[in-house]
Amino acid sequence: MNSIASRPTEADLALPGTLGAEARDWLNLLKPRVVSLVVFTGAAGLFIAPGRIHPFVAFIAILCIAVAAGAAGAINMWYDRDIDALMRRTAKRPIVNGRIAPADALGFGIVLSFASVILMWLATNAVAAAVLALSIAFYVFIYTMWLKRSTPQNIVIGGAAGAFPPIIGWAAVTGDIGVMPLVLFAIVFLWTPPHFWALSLYACKDYARAGVPMLPVTHGAAHTRRQIVLYTVLLSAATLLPVALRLTGPVYDVSAVLLDIGFLVFSWRVLRDRQDAEGVSLTNDKPARQTFRYSLAYLALLFLAVMIDHLVG
Amino acid sequence: MPPAEAREFVRRRRGRNVALLVALVALCLIFYGLSMVKLAAAH
Repeated sequence: MNSIASRPTEADLALPGTLGAEARDWLNLLKPRVVSLVVFTGAAGLFIAPGRIHPFVAFIAILCIAVAAGAAGAINMWYDRDIDALMRRTAKRPIVNGRIAPADALGFGIVLSFASVILMWLATNAVAAAVLALSIAFYVFIYTMWLKRSTPQNIVIGGAAGAFPPIIGWAAVTGDIGVMPLVLFAIVFLWTPPHFWALSLYACKDYARAGVPMLPVTHGAAHTRRQIVLYTVLLSAATLLPVALRLTGPVYDVSAVLLDIGFLVFSWRVLRDRQDAEGVSLTNDKPARQTFRYSLAYLALLFLAVMIDHLVG
Repeated sequence: MPPAEAREFVRRRRGRNVALLVALVALCLIFYGLSMVKLAAAH
């Protein structure tokens, strides 16, 4: 019994390192930078929902959203370890480098997924837990295992996985799904394509090497630039829906318009970037890089505006 | 297993045990807190 319990696993015998470094690897498995934005949009949904929730329960609900997003990220890293090794952007991930054994990462992801859903159910209600479970399943099975390697629409449809948190946050308070969280869902859903296509323009060779059918790989850079503008226009329209439906006040309305103008200007620059006949940038994709960074600030500021608007409204 | 490798293995195993302990204590505190909140709400 003892000999089985103490038998070293693959990860035990991996590259020697400090305990801090190992803890950091496990933390990186949860994609903390992605989780931070997911948590913020989930917290916004929770914050603006009508009704009361105890601060401790609200904290647990947000913790569950964070853990679930991280768990889905860990399972994604386990499944994608073959293509992650081929891409410069992901080649240093802990599974690829052998610092965490694939089976350990999978187990970690599965345990955290179930734990987050069960805890969400116990702390809040079945609706929030069900949508949380749906978001994990969507990211793992629909996006990671199906769409990502099979269609250039991967991040268009797969974007839904990252759009669930505002609904989850709202449902944690109310126990149902209202119009406003659905609008926030639509905003994140339509934000995802221009955000990732801007990245994929300058990471195109990485994706091509790994055989991931991102839009610039399958349809070329010129087509991707037009799609970025198209989806930014659709995103702008979606952000104005709360204004049209009179769901928000002046803080959100003004912020949304200003942020939309900024995003449209950035995406227009991507379209007009100096490029060769096939649409490949001659400026090292400077506008695409700027658009990617702006899109991150855009979403954070837009959801911050939603919360401030609710606070002062 | 060579001594150096064994030491590394023991060190890693101890680190994971500590992490597990922290996780279990955190879970206990969460469930205690949730119970208190729900009891208070019921009264």
